[in-house]
Amino acid sequence: MFVSYKWLQQYVDLTNITAKELADRITKAGIEVESVEVRNKGIQGVVIGHVLEREQHPNADKLSKCFVDIGEGEPVQIICGAPNVAKGQKVAVAKVGAVLPGNFKIKRAKLRGEESNGMICSLQELGVESKLVPKEYADGIFVFPSDAPVGADALELLYLDDEVLELSLTPNRADCLSMIGVAYEVAAILGRSVKLPAIELHENSESVHDYISVRVDTPKDNPLYVGRIVKNVKIGPSPLWMQARLMAAGIRPHNNVVDITNYILLEYGQPLHAFDYDRLGSKEIVVRRAKAGETIVTLDDVERTLTEEHLVITNGKEPVALAGVMGGANSEVCDKTVNVFIEAAYFNGATIRQAVKDHGLRSESSTRFEKGIDPARTKEALDRAAMLMAEYAGGEVIGGVVEVNTLQRKDVVVTITLDRINNVLGTTITKEEVAGILTNLQFTFTEENGTFTITVPSRRRDIAIEEDIIEEVARLYGYDNLPATLPVGEAKPGKLTPYQAKRRKVRRYLEDAGLFQAITYSLTNEAKATMFALETAEPIRLALPMSEERSVLRQSLVPHLLEAASYNRARQVENVALYEIGSVYLANGEHELPNEKERLAGVLTGVWHAHVWQGEKKAVDFYVAKGILDGLFALLGLENRVEYKQAKREHLHPGRTADMLLDGKTIGFIAQLHPIVQKQFDLKETYVFELDLEVLLKAEVDNIRYTAIPRFPSITRDIALVVDEHVVAGELQKAIIEAGGELLKDVSIFDVYKGDRLPEGKKSIAFALRYYDPERTLTDEEVTNVHEQVIKAVEQQFGATLRG
Amino acid sequence: MKERLQQLQQEALEKIEQANDLKALNDVRVAYLGKKGPITEVLRGMGALSPEERPVMGALVNEVREVIQTALEARQATLEQAEVEKKLAAEAIDVTLPGRPIRRGNHHPLTRVIEEIEDLFIGMGYTIAEGPEVEKDYYNFEALNLPKGHPARDMQDSFYITEEILLRTHTSPVQARTMEKHQGRGPVKIICPGKVYRRDNDDATHSHQFTQIEGLVVDEHIRMSDLKGTLREFARKMFGEDRDIRFRPSFFPFTEPSVEVDVSCANCGGHGCSVCKGTGWIEILGAGMVHPNVLEMAGFDSKKYTGFAFGMGPERIAMLKYGIDDIRHFYQNDVRFLQQFNRV
Repeated sequence: MFVSYKWLQQYVDLTNITAKELADRITKAGIEVESVEVRNKGIQGVVIGHVLEREQHPNADKLSKCFVDIGEGEPVQIICGAPNVAKGQKVAVAKVGAVLPGNFKIKRAKLRGEESNGMICSLQELGVESKLVPKEYADGIFVFPSDAPVGADALELLYLDDEVLELSLTPNRADCLSMIGVAYEVAAILGRSVKLPAIELHENSESVHDYISVRVDTPKDNPLYVGRIVKNVKIGPSPLWMQARLMAAGIRPHNNVVDITNYILLEYGQPLHAFDYDRLGSKEIVVRRAKAGETIVTLDDVERTLTEEHLVITNGKEPVALAGVMGGANSEVCDKTVNVFIEAAYFNGATIRQAVKDHGLRSESSTRFEKGIDPARTKEALDRAAMLMAEYAGGEVIGGVVEVNTLQRKDVVVTITLDRINNVLGTTITKEEVAGILTNLQFTFTEENGTFTITVPSRRRDIAIEEDIIEEVARLYGYDNLPATLPVGEAKPGKLTPYQAKRRKVRRYLEDAGLFQAITYSLTNEAKATMFALETAEPIRLALPMSEERSVLRQSLVPHLLEAASYNRARQVENVALYEIGSVYLANGEHELPNEKERLAGVLTGVWHAHVWQGEKKAVDFYVAKGILDGLFALLGLENRVEYKQAKREHLHPGRTADMLLDGKTIGFIAQLHPIVQKQFDLKETYVFELDLEVLLKAEVDNIRYTAIPRFPSITRDIALVVDEHVVAGELQKAIIEAGGELLKDVSIFDVYKGDRLPEGKKSIAFALRYYDPERTLTDEEVTNVHEQVIKAVEQQFGATLRG
Repeated sequence: MKERLQQLQQEALEKIEQANDLKALNDVRVAYLGKKGPITEVLRGMGALSPEERPVMGALVNEVREVIQTALEARQATLEQAEVEKKLAAEAIDVTLPGRPIRRGNHHPLTRVIEEIEDLFIGMGYTIAEGPEVEKDYYNFEALNLPKGHPARDMQDSFYITEEILLRTHTSPVQARTMEKHQGRGPVKIICPGKVYRRDNDDATHSHQFTQIEGLVVDEHIRMSDLKGTLREFARKMFGEDRDIRFRPSFFPFTEPSVEVDVSCANCGGHGCSVCKGTGWIEILGAGMVHPNVLEMAGFDSKKYTGFAFGMGPERIAMLKYGIDDIRHFYQNDVRFLQQFNRV
């Protein structure tokens, strides 16, 4: 909503308060003033001139030589390039010495040999936006009404000395979509009164009912419809002040009748529509839902196909307006219009919203209907429009109003105690202060023993309950005056849940292990949605995606981590280690919410560790990634419960993929990316993992219990076992541990060899076995006994031989 | 004989002093104190002395031996010390060469901000509530006083999956769910961080996915001044002890009264600068008193209970705190961006 400071003064006294100050006060009281536009863009010395003579410039076809009276002695000669300049016009003249926007100084000049002492200005040259300039003056100078006083300040007449406040309205404050509504708000803030516009209507002796009848078929869509007829109007320009105010509010002037409807829309917030009565094609108005497939050509000359969801104004046969949104071209007021039917109605917001949405057509009118107008002012607005048409279009107002009124309006009455106000706000506001605020708001109320009974004016449709009144009091009392306290009452310590606490530890661990935390998008495309997923389900697709790339919810975090790695690689960041903790979404039937499962995933590529001047450089490989996960399992106390199993999964390297099992159940995978997929993502050798974080974090783990520090020496024996190359180390190790019994405390692998010194198809794995008894020093013999059992066991189970 | 001893002592001390390494020193020891050395010789010659002279001379011999022995030890210590120093000098390294780097990742800046806020409110007695990102229309809108047909819940603004299920547009549904779980009994004191989704085109200031943190306190006698005090506490801990806050009236369907909350600009201290666009204040929160409809729908008696709620955007806070200029950075995961948040 654009509010002209100058226009606002018609309704509320703004003495001693500048536009800027007013803007600050309005903002502080709850409606944000986004900007205060100073309309004068640096103009000085532009006055009204009277074109006494106009001749063709002797040396230029497109220039005119004008003699203009500017109210200062002799008329001055001005060369003008506007095609529409003519003798007798009142025009805006930038005098010699004047300044136009952009610090453009007007000097005495010679144009094609003819002297020019000033410049006749178009509105654009005075800083008015082209889209606001009346069409007839779009390509030339602006012509003022003939009564414009010569020598007067043109800016003042055009309201270009004005300042415009742009209000950013929250949806509850539709009351401020009108000058009168803003006036009430400003009056409440400043503690001043509101002057409402005068309505003096002279009706003739005819009856409107002889001219027109109205029927509303769907009263729910249109609870109130009133109309008047003004006959014998003369279409012409509206008064300058009205045009100026419309332009200040961002509306282009058209003609007196249309301008008056727009003016009332701005003044009252009540949209009106003027029909050319003689072009209506009947003497009846029927408001009804459109028939499916019915069409209407609207004012913008677009043919629109309607559905049963759209409300139309018809002449009993065909639509003449898309109700509340835009009039029809067939009944539009034009230069030849003589008799006007003015419609003022209250349409249901939801109905109008539907039409706006379906036709992509939002207008000043529809915006107000959508947000809700004050039906108590509908008739008043109609009367004032009729009055203005009589006054400024020379019309004659036919007696009476046609009306269909099914409104059921009840006054909203709110009762609230002073205590309640203070208890909710934490304030000590007095009864008198509350009464003062309600008075300034012009709410009628009674007060008895601290209980206020308030009748809410119909313009404030946002106020219905106690809390609304509390808000009114608070905002006008001033939030700066609100004390700052802390809640009193039972104090309980806040803390993280065990899950949340563990999750934080996991993050820290992974970061300290060298991975950066990534956050990627949950929405992806159909193909990526199920890639790498530990569990898959029917993809969950958005009803109305913005792009195919963001249309389906992900089932794995890996694809977007790969994209992130790829994004980095494309920017010369070759060494990437990222992890993400986030949800995947698994459908659970159409009517149920999906299962959201928290996953942990990672991507590693490039060099893992480099210390170049000491000759250290280690590329990421499977075991780098695995080591990080081993550490994670150890952190969570699960290291002995997790097992890696060779696996095959789609998109992953068939020989370098492992599933991870916790207590025998699969909880994730770790793998090298399949070279084909690697290429798709434009990556080099890359490793990925994904784990079911919830299972990991919810696994029950014993508390830490101290075990005694070894007091006796341990004995370590190494063995190198030659086995078939398909035997995996984990199995061997398991067998060793089993055979080693209680005394075997620790088994570690220190060498793996495959090559020339062994037979084809064989490999050797070397283990270090540490034996220890917490009660005593072991003898060599005891250890040898156990050790031989170990060797026997692996010989039997794997055909292992000791490497010589 | 006595003269001979004194002469030997003199000679030995000189040679000890001249010995430049441990081997030379050992030669001196062998030469003077060895079995074939001159002092041993003197001792052998003692047989020729009278019984009265023998003890006197014996004592003198021991004295000389002791002097030489002490000198030898002292010299040995000095030489050993020199040898160690020489060895260490040879072992000197260039301490300015780079150390073996420790590879270290770090929190995403949003997590950094979110955890800081979480900890701050945990310190004030809050717990952290989480809820689903794919949410029922009921919890996302209806339970928050946004009935069907409300302009603020246009299809165009939300990612719907079916008519009843959508990606949550704010973290407020967690409030509704938590209140419901409390079955009408307070106190409720939670903050809810999480991802939210809106139908926006991604650009420098918009992201179709972003994060939010909401807070909710419901109890008997909760006042709007408590909201102000709580948020002032938050602002000071988050942005600096000399920060102040102000409330500006606003509108949200789920709170009444509703306010927008500004924090005095940390960059200029409130005098006005480019960060705060000259106003001295930066908007960081929306807040208000929980709307009675919201309380009632969640099973709380709005005559008995009041509450406040607030919501903020970690992206915005991170952008302010770290001077980040484009919201897309948070979701591109450029390592050169992420690694800037690697220290205290």
